[in-house]
Amino acid sequence: MQGRPQATSQFLERNLPPKLEVCLRVNGVERRIVLRPWTTLLDALREHLDLTGTKKGCDHGQCGACTVLIDGRRVLSCLTLAVMKEGAEITTIEGLEKNNELHPLQSAFISHDGFQCGYCTPGQICSAVGLIAEGRAKTRDDIRELMSGNICRCGCYPNILAAIEAVMQGAET
Amino acid sequence: MSVGTNSIGKPVSRIDGPAKVTGRAKYAAEFSAHDLAHGFVISSPIAKGRIKSIDRRAALATPGVLEVLAHDNRPSIPSSHEKYTDAVASPGSPFRPLYDDEVLFSGQPVALVIAEELEIARFAASLVDIEYETEKTTTDLDTQIDKAFAPSEKRMPGWDPPARGDVDSALSRAPNLIQKEYRTPVEHHNPMETFASTAVWEADGRLTVYDKTQGAPNCHEYLCSVFGLAKDKVQVLSPYVGGAFGVGLRPNYQLFMAALAAIGLKRSIRVTLTRQQMFTLGYRPQTLQTLTLGAENDGRLVAVKHDAIAATSRFEDYQEPTVVWSGALYPCDDSAVTSRLARLDLFTPCDMRAPGGAVGMYALESAMDELSYAVGVDPLELRLRNYSERDQNHNRPISSKALKDCYLQGAERFGWSKRRPEPRSMREGRELVGYGMATGIWEAFRVPTSARAVLAADGTLEIACATADIGTGTYTILAQIGAEMLGLPLDKVVVRIGDSDLPAAPVEGGSWTAASAGSAVMEACHGIRKELLMRAGAISNAPLKGVDPADLTWVDGEIRMRDNPSRGMSLSQLLLGLNEPIVSEVSSKPDEQALQDYSHYAHSAVFAEVRLDEELGMLRVARVVSAVAAGRILNPKTARSQIMGAVVGGIGMALHEETVIDHRYGRFMNHSLAEYHVPAHADVHAIDVIFVDEQEHRLNPLGVKGVGEIGIVGTAAAIANAVFHATGVRVRDLPITIDKLLELRRPMSNHAA
Repeated sequence: MQGRPQATSQFLERNLPPKLEVCLRVNGVERRIVLRPWTTLLDALREHLDLTGTKKGCDHGQCGACTVLIDGRRVLSCLTLAVMKEGAEITTIEGLEKNNELHPLQSAFISHDGFQCGYCTPGQICSAVGLIAEGRAKTRDDIRELMSGNICRCGCYPNILAAIEAVMQGAET
Repeated sequence: MSVGTNSIGKPVSRIDGPAKVTGRAKYAAEFSAHDLAHGFVISSPIAKGRIKSIDRRAALATPGVLEVLAHDNRPSIPSSHEKYTDAVASPGSPFRPLYDDEVLFSGQPVALVIAEELEIARFAASLVDIEYETEKTTTDLDTQIDKAFAPSEKRMPGWDPPARGDVDSALSRAPNLIQKEYRTPVEHHNPMETFASTAVWEADGRLTVYDKTQGAPNCHEYLCSVFGLAKDKVQVLSPYVGGAFGVGLRPNYQLFMAALAAIGLKRSIRVTLTRQQMFTLGYRPQTLQTLTLGAENDGRLVAVKHDAIAATSRFEDYQEPTVVWSGALYPCDDSAVTSRLARLDLFTPCDMRAPGGAVGMYALESAMDELSYAVGVDPLELRLRNYSERDQNHNRPISSKALKDCYLQGAERFGWSKRRPEPRSMREGRELVGYGMATGIWEAFRVPTSARAVLAADGTLEIACATADIGTGTYTILAQIGAEMLGLPLDKVVVRIGDSDLPAAPVEGGSWTAASAGSAVMEACHGIRKELLMRAGAISNAPLKGVDPADLTWVDGEIRMRDNPSRGMSLSQLLLGLNEPIVSEVSSKPDEQALQDYSHYAHSAVFAEVRLDEELGMLRVARVVSAVAAGRILNPKTARSQIMGAVVGGIGMALHEETVIDHRYGRFMNHSLAEYHVPAHADVHAIDVIFVDEQEHRLNPLGVKGVGEIGIVGTAAAIANAVFHATGVRVRDLPITIDKLLELRRPMSNHAA
């Protein structure tokens, strides 16, 4: 809030970092965007591509609301600069539905009431997709531990756990 | 106006679920406009003093920066504090953002940088040089105890009930005396969505504002008052709210900022707060409480004394019902409860889930637990011996109270009978095991609310009410009530809420929305029923001609005589030839006489098991059973989630949550989700929710009491009591962290931290 490195400010006062073109494959579609290198993937999705399903809860990698899948792995988009992901395959909550059918985790979150306000939900679901793909979670405690990067302030954890467990056991299709 | 079982009481999934799991649900910062610019708030690094100068040159020289608004160049705003008040304000002088050079609290918004791009606004904010004149600050409540005062103007009259009997002489005669001090820290709500307002400047000069709020009408009135706008020139919308827990009850300063900038620049502006700035809004105030219980040897209370000192700001006397429960819950002829405030150089606190109740009941129920050991009576048995059927605060009966069922069913489900009475007597492997319990209580309100129901010729029902759904399930329960009343399938009901243009509703809070908005929707639908029956009566030879509406059932699209189901008509028959939709709008009010004659409370019994690995000092809440009596449960699925979520909040309150102040700078230090720990997945284990049967007939026609707060009340005490049972260490200073447990580790020490 106070003080700033003089050199940085003098350099940048009149010279904003130039815009770059980046090509991302978002939810299976190639998207070319022109943005400044300081733009995070999260802001690129929300502000440039109007994909507001990915949420900003802290912008510091502390809450997990911005979780997306990059090349199949769960990643915090607020800690990822968009220009670093040239050519990457990015899946957001908007890309999980296939042929107008909800992803099994999306259905399970509804049937198990795995959310209240819904703000952490896209991150929880993307994180759970990544978790299941990783294949490391064998027990309930594993799921709890490996989902702990996704905070839910409404406190839906037991229901989120039930939803993920149901999908892992193939109960939800 | 009886209700059947077609839809109400069914565990249906949230109707807003598909929107929320696909990302289609749009929150305040997710609306846009072709001319949208971004505002970034500059927060004061000092807690008290004056702004000496603002150097905006470097910021304004940055390409893309449109303006840097501060007190010295903003558009005109009123000086009267009253213009900044709102429906939830406590007595005092509400904060006026960007009004003058005075700094009242750390993190106070002092300027708004507006730019074409979000990152440019944020960067340019770092280029604004503000010089301050700093004054000494006072933020340590412990230094202000002798300055604590009873506020002259009360926020609510009933929160300070008069003393009864002679408490001091009763205490002096009591064979058992417990007198302890309990402390609760500052807590921040930290909803997952940070506060945001998108103010869209319309071509005709109107303002459409998408705001994160628990009360669109409250924010609408605030904007009209502050900016002198005609009511039809502003609309506030909050279709989805990413959590709030009380911090969205009052208009927050990002709303002011977005509107000010939109009016000043005549273009659309979005202002989003950072997570750090979320710690510059209202919070649960720190409390210092002294609980004194006098009891007979069998545990029956003879005297209860509860005094609380809570922090507030320099400019508003924020008050909450902290001590009132201690005079109401257990029978006791001699009682005195008092609450005082102490002023600190902080922003004004605000309601946070079960304001007052969560902290006050932590103290009362901890003291009751201490009494149980002193008199050698099981904690559950102690509550049963002190069971009250009257509210002695108001000397009147309680309308409905199934708390005994909560105790018994909760204990049964939990396995309370397996508890050994002595502390440190239960162990499994390396872990000490503790069982604790507590009572919960929260007032059941009903407040005036309007609603509109519109039935279209195709049998679609639209429900409209300005209330909000902050994750509570409002959309779903209102749809269920509409479906129930007219015998419609749920998917034929559309619910519109979160819009200041809709029929007026108070803020969504206090656990009153189901009772208030729900009753309004029920009454509006009753108007539709009447209209339909008039149409039925107008049809010659109609089967429902001249019948008493009370004798009818409305189920599965059929209106039939209750006693003679063969006599009836289908809804579609009645809608044939309908040219215009049937509209019914009502202003629904509680029965004032019932409010005067009876007290209305929701109750709970909370049972907790904790486990402590003594070698590692790891403490966890292994399971919680919360048995709740809250009248009729409209939707057991969403209601269970509300209780469960509140129990998680109680776990945070007991073990994790505390905002720490650096008193040298008057600043919250742990202002992030990394350092302010809210419970994560790994902190939460089994939570079992029981809704006991409770028939409530007086408060509202639905028989509901609301379930938003009751789940957190008592939970922290149940956990704290379980920690004592496991360890023999009584921590009276929340949260119960490992350092406090280690410091007090002498077995059976029973001393304060």
